[in-house]
Amino acid sequence: MSTHEETPEEHLPSEQREHGAEAVKRPENPFADPGLPPHEHRVQDIDEAAAKRSERAVAFLFALSMVATVGFIAAYVSVPQDKSIYVWPLGHISAMNFSLGMTLGIALFCIGAGAVHWARTLMSDVEIPDDRHEIGASPEVTAKVKADWVQGAKESGLGRRKLIRNTMLGALTLVPLSGVVLLRDLGPLPGTSLRHTAWKKGKLLVNMNTNEPLRPSDVVVGSLTFAKPEGLEEHDHDFQKEIAKAALMIVRLQPENIKDKRELDWSHEGIVAYSKICTHVGCPISLYEQQTHHALCPCHQSTFDLADGARVIFGPAGHALPQLRIGVNDEGYLEALGDFAEPVGPAFWERG
Amino acid sequence: MSIDTTEKPEPSGGKSRGKASGGERFADWTDGRLGIYSLARANMRKIFPDHWSFMLGEIVLYSFVIIILTGVYLTLFFHPSMNEVEYTGSYVPMQGQLMSEAFNSTMHISFDVRGGLLIRQIHHWAALVFLAGMFVHMMRVFFTGAFRKPREVNWLFGWLLFILGMFTGFTGYSLPDDLLSGTGVRFMEGAILAVPVVGTYLSFFLFGGEFPGGDFVARFYSVHILLLPGIMLGLLAAHLFLVFYHKHTQWAGPGRTNKNVVGMPFLPVYTAKAGGFFFLVFGVISVVAAIATINPIWAIGPYRPDQVSTGAQPDWYMGFSEGLIRVMPGWEVNFWGHTLVLGVLIPLLIFPLVLVSIGVYPFIEAWITGDKREHHILDRPRNAPTRTGLGVAWITLYMVLLVGGGNDLFATHLHLSINAITWFVRVGFFAAPVIAFLVTKRICLGLQRRDRDKVLHGRESGIIKRLPHGEFIEVHEPLAQEALHKLTAHEQYEPAAIAPPTDDNGVAKKLTRGEKLRAKLSRGYYAEGNQIPKPTVQEYEEITSGHGHH
Repeated sequence: MSTHEETPEEHLPSEQREHGAEAVKRPENPFADPGLPPHEHRVQDIDEAAAKRSERAVAFLFALSMVATVGFIAAYVSVPQDKSIYVWPLGHISAMNFSLGMTLGIALFCIGAGAVHWARTLMSDVEIPDDRHEIGASPEVTAKVKADWVQGAKESGLGRRKLIRNTMLGALTLVPLSGVVLLRDLGPLPGTSLRHTAWKKGKLLVNMNTNEPLRPSDVVVGSLTFAKPEGLEEHDHDFQKEIAKAALMIVRLQPENIKDKRELDWSHEGIVAYSKICTHVGCPISLYEQQTHHALCPCHQSTFDLADGARVIFGPAGHALPQLRIGVNDEGYLEALGDFAEPVGPAFWERG
Repeated sequence: MSIDTTEKPEPSGGKSRGKASGGERFADWTDGRLGIYSLARANMRKIFPDHWSFMLGEIVLYSFVIIILTGVYLTLFFHPSMNEVEYTGSYVPMQGQLMSEAFNSTMHISFDVRGGLLIRQIHHWAALVFLAGMFVHMMRVFFTGAFRKPREVNWLFGWLLFILGMFTGFTGYSLPDDLLSGTGVRFMEGAILAVPVVGTYLSFFLFGGEFPGGDFVARFYSVHILLLPGIMLGLLAAHLFLVFYHKHTQWAGPGRTNKNVVGMPFLPVYTAKAGGFFFLVFGVISVVAAIATINPIWAIGPYRPDQVSTGAQPDWYMGFSEGLIRVMPGWEVNFWGHTLVLGVLIPLLIFPLVLVSIGVYPFIEAWITGDKREHHILDRPRNAPTRTGLGVAWITLYMVLLVGGGNDLFATHLHLSINAITWFVRVGFFAAPVIAFLVTKRICLGLQRRDRDKVLHGRESGIIKRLPHGEFIEVHEPLAQEALHKLTAHEQYEPAAIAPPTDDNGVAKKLTRGEKLRAKLSRGYYAEGNQIPKPTVQEYEEITSGHGHH
């Protein structure tokens, strides 16, 4: 230990022991376990007055809990449910929730605090050692169990009568199949349902907010309009299922800004319609940045360039948003010229 | 053969004061049928050691009880149905809106059942405490090596509880059918669709057809209130039984050995402390539920697959899977009319891998050390630098992914570019655990050196002394034997010496690949430089006994 060689002897523990009065006899092994230290008494152990004070503190906490429970019941019957109160720093909050929660919390907490204080100050705090025993069985027990097992196995004849063993294993293997088969009717088979939406040739684009069919003039540059196919109403039984695929996002771009040839072909006067359902895991895309024509999914931040075939420019989405081919009917309303050419929403194995 | 109709003599027969009390007679009656005295003999005065960190598991246990109590109450009012109804309850801004019965009944609980909102919030807060508690408790067990023999199986039980807890939380979170949780379910559907070959089928079976369908709330409900809690209750009982059966681990210290357990008895100290602690946890969670809103579904609104709010986040315990899915590049491979959605599938596979890696750790460490003995004395984290480093690396990975899961919130709150955060997480996913491992290991080794110095040279007393020749030095006080014992009580492994075994003719056999790997890992754990040798008695004697030997 070269670094310690210069240390003056005075500062070494042995030297200090001599200077100090503690001339303890050096144990055989200085690292040996000295055994449990003697118990140190608490003030409550030696002073009955202190113990009494602890007792009163515990009793006070229990009594406070009782008061809080009464308060809970009082709040339950007397506080109006729609009342809100101002509590600093929380602001305006429900009076009922606050009063019930606080009284219940105090009632419970005080029981706990009383019990813990009781245990810590008045119950014995003498540490007691207890022996551990090996978890594994003794060799005799192990031998006996193994012998019993062999005996049992032999008496069953399982090893000898192979026919029984094999048919039993077969039966036990097959029987859970019934349970698996029973799960079949959890749902229909996918078929091609993920490939089709409620859009069809001639279906009008209906504004989601106003429930009116859209005209090209309703869609101005820079705005983001959400649309659904005509005939799909909120009260419909399958509205949720259909809108989960058919939800549409409409923006108007300057036709010269559209970089993608097909996008331009499928648009009408710069109005383009894209599926609103993100191709990553299916969140509805709802943020549009008009300067850059970027649409952003707020769930996982996949970003699509609506001026360039809605290709992915950032984030975890794997492919562009499907575009809906649109035109204008005789009455001047925007209409679909067919269903989406590819499945909308998240990719799946059969998508191809 | 005569039939003995007399009862056994009462154990309290020694008392001369006459009849036993009613309670005692009832206990005797019960013992005659259930044998409770034999059970109580081993457990009533069971000794439990005391340390603040042993309380973490208790928090988990109590929050589980709170969740069950409040959950049962909620089932009395909740309607697990997706039928569309028009809201007519007392929350004015939402009147007339279409929503599922599930959402409607959750609104009813929140606004029209007195105390319903409180119980809902206690339930949700307790669930968060439950999962956070399990996480921290698991880390306590990991870093102190409490998972070693004989407790590996109990580690697995606890680990399963953590995973099941995540899914129970997720299914419960989805039940109100609100916009936020519905978005989470949509995410799950998208992830299931990414499973090769069977993904669409799984999704159709789970949702009873196309998303969202009309079934998933009812199905999640039975999973959330029956299936998963039932399994968890069984695992929890087994977990607690094993804690009693193995007897609790303890820290090294004077009088504490691997063969004993030192502490206070279950009755009365821990009955009061643990029982009281239940009320403390329940009380604190009630107060939190009184003052802190959680999952305000009235502000979020009912689920619509074409709507979403910004800042959509899962509850924290699902955050790391969210991070995986957010930072993964959107790889898709198309071939022969099929799509392999790697951008979702890879996160979906890493998610269980992250969890499995911590779950199997005890078995890996046991294989490396080859130690077959029981361990009841806890390791100080510094005394197992490689394990501690690995644990911190795992937490770091988890936390980096958690940052990824909240990348939008980090971006808006810290005014950072979301692209920058995403790239930070992508790089950090690989680099941060390595850095964390190296730094942690260095810190552990430094702490080991300090312990060594303390043992050999004593404690810094803070007393400055001037020597006759003018030099100032600090006086070091020798440690008491208790402290010396505590600092040197840990065992240190040698790297497994795996020499090529020789056969009968003395020809060396080739080592298997597994043996080579084990030797390498063992060196990584225990070779020189990967742990600081603890001071020996001889070293101590040399330094402390000398008069002029230096």
